[in-house]
Amino acid sequence: MSSGHHSHGSYLESKGGFFANVLDWATTVDHKKIGVMYLFAILFMFFLGGVAALAVRIELLEPVRVKTTFTATGTEPVTQLLRADVAADIKNKDGTPAKDTLLTAGTRVQTHPAAKTVLGNELTSGTQVDVLDDAGKTVVQTATLKGSVSVTDPKTGAATASKITGQFFGSPDATAIAAGNNTYNRLFTLHGAIMVFMVIVPSVPASLGNFFLPLMLGAKDVAFPRLNLLSWYIYVTGSIFAVSSIVLGGVDTGWTFYTPYSTSTDADSIRVVFMILGAFILGFSSILTGLNFIVTVHKLRAPGMGWFDMPLFVWAVYSSGIIQVLATPVIGITLLLLVFERITHIGIFDPALGGDPVLYQHFFWFYSHPVVYVMILPGMGIITELIAVHSHKRIFGYRAIAFASLGIAGVSFIVWGHHMFTSMSEVASTIFSALTFLVAIPTAVKVFNWVGTLYKGSITINTPMLYALIFLFTFSIGGLTGLPLGTLSTDMHLHDTYFVVAHFHYVMMGGTIMAFIGGIHHWWPKMFGKMYNEKAAMLGAILVFIGFNVTFFTQFFLGVRGMPRRYASYVDEFQTLHIISTIGSFILLAGFLVHLSVFVASLVAGRKAPANPWGGLTFEWLADSPPEEHNFAHEPLCTHGPYDYDTTVPPHWDPKDYPIPAENLAAAGSH
Amino acid sequence: MTTLDSRDNRPLWQRYVHGHHWRTQAEEFDGAKLGFWLFLTTEVLLFGGIFCAYAIFRSLYPGAWKEGSSLLDWKIGGINTAVLLISSYTMAVSIYYIQVGKISRARLNLMFTILCGALFVTLKLLLEYTPKWTGWFFFMDPALGHHSIDAAAGNGLFGLFRHVEGYGGKRPGSLYEYGFGHDPHMPLWWSVYYVGTSIHALHVIIGMILIFRVWLKAGKGVYGPNYYTGVEIAGLYWHLVDLIWIFLFPLLYLIH
Repeated sequence: MSSGHHSHGSYLESKGGFFANVLDWATTVDHKKIGVMYLFAILFMFFLGGVAALAVRIELLEPVRVKTTFTATGTEPVTQLLRADVAADIKNKDGTPAKDTLLTAGTRVQTHPAAKTVLGNELTSGTQVDVLDDAGKTVVQTATLKGSVSVTDPKTGAATASKITGQFFGSPDATAIAAGNNTYNRLFTLHGAIMVFMVIVPSVPASLGNFFLPLMLGAKDVAFPRLNLLSWYIYVTGSIFAVSSIVLGGVDTGWTFYTPYSTSTDADSIRVVFMILGAFILGFSSILTGLNFIVTVHKLRAPGMGWFDMPLFVWAVYSSGIIQVLATPVIGITLLLLVFERITHIGIFDPALGGDPVLYQHFFWFYSHPVVYVMILPGMGIITELIAVHSHKRIFGYRAIAFASLGIAGVSFIVWGHHMFTSMSEVASTIFSALTFLVAIPTAVKVFNWVGTLYKGSITINTPMLYALIFLFTFSIGGLTGLPLGTLSTDMHLHDTYFVVAHFHYVMMGGTIMAFIGGIHHWWPKMFGKMYNEKAAMLGAILVFIGFNVTFFTQFFLGVRGMPRRYASYVDEFQTLHIISTIGSFILLAGFLVHLSVFVASLVAGRKAPANPWGGLTFEWLADSPPEEHNFAHEPLCTHGPYDYDTTVPPHWDPKDYPIPAENLAAAGSH
Repeated sequence: MTTLDSRDNRPLWQRYVHGHHWRTQAEEFDGAKLGFWLFLTTEVLLFGGIFCAYAIFRSLYPGAWKEGSSLLDWKIGGINTAVLLISSYTMAVSIYYIQVGKISRARLNLMFTILCGALFVTLKLLLEYTPKWTGWFFFMDPALGHHSIDAAAGNGLFGLFRHVEGYGGKRPGSLYEYGFGHDPHMPLWWSVYYVGTSIHALHVIIGMILIFRVWLKAGKGVYGPNYYTGVEIAGLYWHLVDLIWIFLFPLLYLIH
């Protein structure tokens, strides 16, 4: 079945001058071009979200402190009572340091060796603290609050200097500490919103799925090509809305837009509405993609291809398409209600107007939990392909993996409450906790089958395989650390800590993003017709692996020890772990830069890719590299299973290079 | 996709050629319908959110719900229900006429469907939204008989509107005052009422645009017994819009 003799050009063939090509790409209905456009749009957003993540990590290198220097009037050393986030340089009259110490709120300290106590009450914002000497006279008076500290010398009345340390996104002026924290809030919101709505949700389905789903089915295109292009434009429009909210000053609600943050913060500004509308518009794009894929799978399979002859990547994208179609409308109406609420001040979610903020959380997670599986299922599909192709072995438990995808899609709709254990009744929490553990079953089936496929396989260690192995490692950690979060008693301790942050990064980044990068390498020769430098790419993969684990494994420790998420500052005990985590994020950056240069080098000067470099059996390897405009010279016929490596010579391969033992053929014939 | 061969004088629908990536036209038709049914599922879930909010706030604040629904006129809702049901019939009939090749009859029914939609939106704006927001009643509004007209305010807009004192202001949101209602949670009732009915009315308008496009294309001979995907899909959409109203109407107007 060679497709070498035909006159059709590759889909990447130039259509004339620069503007002719731009017009051709801008109006194309070819799923391959749309997939490539999605790929680059998503990688660009990944870059933006990554920059925000690095900014967050830099801010967390050092705890934010207000340092105050003042001069005591007595000859004896004095100590000042301060909050946990306030450090003091206290000097004697002669300028020698009296004591440089950090005290927790409410600690009793002595101002003089003979003094009994200081009025060491717990401090709240704006509390005035009198520090007394042994005679009961005021030595200094401090006004301590989270935002700023002003210390006046009681004798002279002169203000002493206060300075912020450890804050990277603010001015050193002590009164501006809130502004710096505000910048931090905007940065992590930006990171979360971009990475969830603009990167991970569309990443695999809209780019690789768009390109390879029709190819794997032996189809010429997706069912609705124009709708496909529309979904890309909707994606770009939604992204512009979201990014414009950043240009206007950013949003500090967190990516979850919880009420009442999202209805009350930045009340004077349209920014929050823009970000919410951006997410709403992106939802349409997601629905259209999912809908298109479901119909394509139902209606456009090659002749002879039954449901269980489909590659498992297709099963995974199909399952996630079901979730996209069924869950996204709920976030659509939720965000719409939120926009109504902000603009016209109706009170659906705002408790001040009689609304119910917990209703918002239910609505939000009814979408956002299933969508977690929109993020991971296509990644799992990629891993299935990578492991089967690069260990040249029939997949272990095909049907189990296929049904596990559908099972995960089904269970995903009944576990949303585990995001809200702290805002529900005990009975509801218990039920949701029990249901949550159901997810572990189909997920573990998949992991088991991947390992089963590797067993006695003929494994090639290259970048895609390396990423598959990285996925198995990181995703397993991500999955297993989900168990203490799904368990009510342990979740009470871990709720809203860095443990949660580490857990979902292990699943989302260690799962989906690793699979995504692995998939890009696996299909790169097919998409662009060029090979990449394997050794350099493997170096990148190793850097990413090390950087990822250094960054996020530390965060498990931080979380267990009580570091809350979304804070710009912390107590000193956490600093070492935060520094390690930040170093890890820069190793990650180095890894991604290696990958970027490998891709650029491949596009510029890569060796021409053969049609089937890895020996895959699915239909995309039958097509040329890069595929011609209508994918195949002749409509392919499904004559073998997608993973029948033991009985089938891969397309474009010489049977002499792929000797099949006679007993395999005999066994296949006897079926 | 249609071929544009100038020597071919047959109507467009007879010359219809299906998309190159489909094997047969029947498969293309099935695919389009499957895709649209999936889209309708998303619509049901979208409105599901509103129904869910309705159910929760109804159970939390039954007083506001009882008082709120008593302030709606079931007669206007009932007329609108009848209008939509009739339009659903004409929509279904127009698909039948296309299928049997009676294009002009189909177009007549399509236009009637559009007019029904327009009547629905007009009644909603004129007899429901406008008086509730502003206190100005359309002069032919039968509800005027139950209120005392505020003579001092005069007649609005060329004498077409009458103002009723103490009425109006039943808009959602804390920005507005509530002319009627004693229950402190009335704003929530009006929030759900306006969000639900306005998103539904928006769907009616989108449906009218879809059907108008079909009406235009049918006039050019695009649809016929061989090819009527667009008509079928516009019909599915219209029936869904009708169906959602069938749920909204009793929940808002009839249940106390």
